[in-house]
Amino acid sequence: MEKHKLYLYPVWLRVWHGINALCIILLMISGLSMQFGSIDYPLISFKTAVVMHNIAGTLAGFSYLFFIIGNFLSDNGMHYRFRVKGFVDRLTKQGMYYLSGYFKGEAKPFPISKENKFNPLQRGSYAITMYILMPITIVTGIGLFYPELIFDRIFEISGVQLTAVTHSIFGFFISIFLVIHLYVASIGKNPLRNYKSILNGYHEE
Amino acid sequence: MEKIFLLLIFYFLTFVYIHPTSVNAQDNEIELGKSSKLCANCHGSKYYSFFNKVTEEQERKRMNPYFFIDTVKYLQGVHKNFSCDDCHAYEYRTYPHLAELKLEPKFSCIDCHGGDETFAKYQFDDIEKEVENSVHKTAFGFKFKCASCHDLHSYKPVARDENSMIKEIVISDNQMCLSCHNDLSKYQILTDHNSPELIKTHDWLPNQELHFLNVRCIECHTPTTDTLMVSHKILPKEEAVHLCADCHSTNTILRDKLYKYAVKQSRSDQGYYNSVILNEAYVIGANRNRYLNWISLIILGATLGGIFIHIIMRIIKKK
Repeated sequence: MEKHKLYLYPVWLRVWHGINALCIILLMISGLSMQFGSIDYPLISFKTAVVMHNIAGTLAGFSYLFFIIGNFLSDNGMHYRFRVKGFVDRLTKQGMYYLSGYFKGEAKPFPISKENKFNPLQRGSYAITMYILMPITIVTGIGLFYPELIFDRIFEISGVQLTAVTHSIFGFFISIFLVIHLYVASIGKNPLRNYKSILNGYHEE
Repeated sequence: MEKIFLLLIFYFLTFVYIHPTSVNAQDNEIELGKSSKLCANCHGSKYYSFFNKVTEEQERKRMNPYFFIDTVKYLQGVHKNFSCDDCHAYEYRTYPHLAELKLEPKFSCIDCHGGDETFAKYQFDDIEKEVENSVHKTAFGFKFKCASCHDLHSYKPVARDENSMIKEIVISDNQMCLSCHNDLSKYQILTDHNSPELIKTHDWLPNQELHFLNVRCIECHTPTTDTLMVSHKILPKEEAVHLCADCHSTNTILRDKLYKYAVKQSRSDQGYYNSVILNEAYVIGANRNRYLNWISLIILGATLGGIFIHIIMRIIKKK
């Protein structure tokens, strides 16, 4: 039987996705090492972790800019927009599919198409990650890179402290997103099919 | 050139920050004693005047800047209740001062504070022992005195003042080191060597400016001590802290150094160890909030748990 193939991921998007994924993984490892490393058990030496985090962070920032420009120049941006009305119902429907319908062999509630390449859960989580978590993490990261830009004190708390905690919290949620994203990508008849898609650009049903 | 400029800015900011010139002596409740006022007539001003008995003229001269005493700062310092002649010879009251007065021995802190129960909490005797083993005393012997670092005419125990901001403590303490290490004329009172170029010798330190402005030189250049508020044993440069993780980790040495006094306070007030670091400064790796740690662990655990259950369900259904 001939497989139904959809070309969903153009080259620029795949290049961005690859660079972004690599940067986020490096940022996670170096960030965890800096935050939780001890003298006796450093995951990576502090100095190396700082350099690694700075380089990967800078690259992630530029890569994000590339993504925004790419979305602006192409129609990729439309996949991150959603109508608020009925969105919770659509999310519930998709959630129930992952929790129950998937195991019963039911059909996907939101089949993938050229116009609708993300299901509602993907659409919502990708939009939150790319338009809330990423920009806040990048802006606070720039602040920590140039602490002289940060207010000295905000409501009796050190400005650097507040920026750093915000950076850590939002960075943590990006990491959680990555874990879920990597797992959900394996859901399907063939667990490796989606990973293959983001490499060759073709989605196979 | 750029680095020298940077150091100058750093020094200038330090100088300006701890030298508030807008305060008037009259604003202080304490006034100089009668005998001190006599000295301050000349030494408290940039100019002094006197009647020259030889020329029989009233003369006005510039005060040697090294002999100028800022009376505002004097009255804010710990020795504000002292008269000049408590420490200096009574004969200084006459002018011109007798030449041999220049040779009078200067008091050391321990001369007044040593073995005195009144000052026991400051641990002067222990401090003296540490100074004896410091790199300065080893190199310069008796020529190196307390006053080489501590200006007795304006000294304030900033680090012990619970109202002091961490930044004030840093600036005040670093000023002591910079008063020699960034001033060749004072540095060469003790040695003919040129002062090491601070910017160059600290080239290895990432975010150098940030470190210079937010931690004290002594965080790295003294050992960690449990017994003293501030260690006075300045280490040879080879023994100074070079490992980032010494500060940037949960068991940061800063807790037993820069944040020592404040941490002690907050331990009794708030009961958890890094509340001070959380509120006033941010040190990567040292700042960990137990509540955020728990919340993040619960979220991560729930995520991984959910994924694990889903995987099990997939395996079961496949069979």
